[in-house]
Amino acid sequence: PPAHSHSDWIGPPDKHSNLRPIIFYVPPEESALERRLREARQEAQASNQRFWARHNRAFRQEKEEFIYSRLKAKGLEMRDESGQKATLNAEEMAEFYKDFLTKNFKKHLQYNRDWYKRNFRITFLMGQVALVRALRWLRRRKKSVEQ
Amino acid sequence: MSAARRCCLLRALAGFFVWRLRNTGIPQIPCRFVHLHRVANDRLITFQYFNFLKRMQLDQEKKVVYKISPVSPVHQSWSETSSRNELREVKSAAETEDSVIPVGGESREDRRWKEMKVQLDDLPGILARLSKIKLTALVVSTASAGFAMAPVPFELTCFLFTSLGTGLASCAANSINQFFEVPFDSNMNRTKNRPLVRGQISPLLAVCFAASCGIPGIALLTLGVNSLTGALGAFNIFLYTCCYTPLKRMSIANTWVGAVVGAIPPIMGWTAATGSLDAGALLLGGILYSWQFPHFNALSWGLREEYSRGGYCMMSVTHPGLCRRVALHHCFALIGLSTVAPVLDITTWTFPIISLPINLYISYLGFRFYRDADRSSSRKLFFCSLWHLPMLLLVMFTCKKSVLEKEDKGDLRGGSHEMALEIRLP
Repeated sequence: PPAHSHSDWIGPPDKHSNLRPIIFYVPPEESALERRLREARQEAQASNQRFWARHNRAFRQEKEEFIYSRLKAKGLEMRDESGQKATLNAEEMAEFYKDFLTKNFKKHLQYNRDWYKRNFRITFLMGQVALVRALRWLRRRKKSVEQ
Repeated sequence: MSAARRCCLLRALAGFFVWRLRNTGIPQIPCRFVHLHRVANDRLITFQYFNFLKRMQLDQEKKVVYKISPVSPVHQSWSETSSRNELREVKSAAETEDSVIPVGGESREDRRWKEMKVQLDDLPGILARLSKIKLTALVVSTASAGFAMAPVPFELTCFLFTSLGTGLASCAANSINQFFEVPFDSNMNRTKNRPLVRGQISPLLAVCFAASCGIPGIALLTLGVNSLTGALGAFNIFLYTCCYTPLKRMSIANTWVGAVVGAIPPIMGWTAATGSLDAGALLLGGILYSWQFPHFNALSWGLREEYSRGGYCMMSVTHPGLCRRVALHHCFALIGLSTVAPVLDITTWTFPIISLPINLYISYLGFRFYRDADRSSSRKLFFCSLWHLPMLLLVMFTCKKSVLEKEDKGDLRGGSHEMALEIRLP
């Protein structure tokens, strides 16, 4: 993002977490409230990034391991003669999907609770900041009208 | 135009449309629904997306009787966007299973850094996507179907208020849903281009938009129509945002809750017209409720990987046997409900007879899905459900018991000869 910009910039999705990173603009006269908002957003972004990157990596890894173990049990190799990656059909993979979901259920519950809390807090702070800014703008307008 | 002649014209038209459907509808369906097949995580979208077809046929019907013109321009824009979507989706459909995790289909546009400032010219489009405008339109058309089936004379202002109120309520509910689901949407192929995910709009703005749609919408329903419809609308918003959305990640019960959410709009349409919750409303809601299961369960069968990785608790992943059983049972329930309709005086006895073939067909596909449990049978069932509901509602509408017939019956029973004469004379 250009150096002169006064707004936040959002980038392309991350390779591991599929989340889009945000670069936050720090205004020179940032109030305490605005700083709290920015820090909350940064923290949420970092936490989300950590969670999803780790989760997706674990998914990919466990999926590979599952395919490998199943193929081995069947007596096949990971790649066949033409070099194509051997895959299992949907019904065999279904077992893996079910296992993965149930294994990560508690982790998701915890994450959901966290995410909802963070989301509400950030939105509430945004509301407060917007309100303060609006009042400040109204006050400024009143002053300029009086002058 | 006397009622009798109107009915005849309706029946002729219906016959014509059913004939046309049989001849032209089926080959057309697959292209539109390739798109739909890729489209679904959120069941409401897919469930209601069926109405896409239904509206195309019902449009013509309604134009003759009720002269609703706004419908056709919407229809045009849908076919444009749907063909654009088809191209996009067909491209992404070519991706293999392997490329799921780098959620694919990025364009160069996507890879650039974007300023997070609200562009006013983009705002209408962004808000349309935020409120899932197509889904909202389908919800409104379902409510209109409920309104149309109610055994009362048609009132245009009531109808417009109902449609507008329902539409606003649906916008609000969809916006809140997207507000809650940002990180999950980013990880799923279909939903990764939503406005909040892409940072085109701030969460605060999304919530404000939802409030500014929901509050006037419910107020319109409560004050402009009746309080029962308003209460149902508010309840539906609550059910969708506070029950269904969090439940999606906690328990498979979300499917049942979501089915209720989908069943409420036609009930709202009915209560808007009649002011009371009759058996007819519940039957219509029941038909939509039952329809949801073969539709969604078949669809979710192909999305098990995405659900598993995203942490969504869906029957197709955790209880596959239950998933197929429930779909089959509800196919049978549709037959049962269609048979109950004439008993409740909503339709004539021709309705269960005419609808029997399509109900049997979907039950047959449901049985095949139950037995085979593979991708092809799930796709067949899903595609069938897409044309099944529009057809069923259309047939229901054409078999609707006319208000006058009922009045005549009542008069004969009561023996009031003069009233009967009054009705006959124009």
